[in-house]
Amino acid sequence: MSNEEIKHMKELLKQAVAPVPDSELRRDLWPQMLSELDEQSLSVHRVPWFDWVLAAILSVVLIFFPGSIPALLYHL
Amino acid sequence: MELLDRFAAGDLEAFEVLFRQHQKEVYAWTVRIVRDTGIAEDLTVETFWRIYKHRAQFKPDGNFRAWARRIATNAALDHLRHTRPETTLPENLPCAPSPDGAVSREARDSINRAFHELPAKYRLVASLALVEEESYREIAQAAGISESLVKVRVFRAVRILRKKLNFLRAEVATK
Repeated sequence: MSNEEIKHMKELLKQAVAPVPDSELRRDLWPQMLSELDEQSLSVHRVPWFDWVLAAILSVVLIFFPGSIPALLYHL
Repeated sequence: MELLDRFAAGDLEAFEVLFRQHQKEVYAWTVRIVRDTGIAEDLTVETFWRIYKHRAQFKPDGNFRAWARRIATNAALDHLRHTRPETTLPENLPCAPSPDGAVSREARDSINRAFHELPAKYRLVASLALVEEESYREIAQAAGISESLVKVRVFRAVRILRKKLNFLRAEVATK
């Protein structure tokens, strides 16, 4: 493929693809950044629901089958 | 303590200073890849979130601008990968206004369609190298690949576009 072909495609694309509407940032994105940081730090500290389910199942097993405690301790 | 040292240590105020210094540039780079202002704003925030998350990996004697641009390029590429049109595109894709009527509306639609259907990594280089006329060197640095690989991808992008356009032309001719 020659450079001429690339040049030709460049011309075609320039005529077809819409120019970037606005390359200048019109507003400060820091407030959005702060809420993103808050959201991400919250999700880091949030315990997933399946962990709660696992804890509940384990509690039920330990309450109704206390004999399983030594086996559980052995495997820990 | 220098700004970049403070940032690497997790100082939020230092991060805010860096954010305000570089947000415009990151946005301007991203919008040239994704070609949508709203998405570019979201990706700018995503880029800085990644920057903040990986701050420990940043060497304070390194080039923050180049690092930020590389992360922005990866974020934009991830976006293109996940939003790539599978089979159909909206009928009213924005097209450039015809300067002198050299290319018909129908042909411009076809080219635009073919461009949007390019695989993400080729669309990235096609957008930057062919539409925005960024240098291969700049693209290579931003994408974290060699200049020769950028060149190869531009060639492949052009080849894919030509094939798609030939196919579309044949399809139109049979209608």
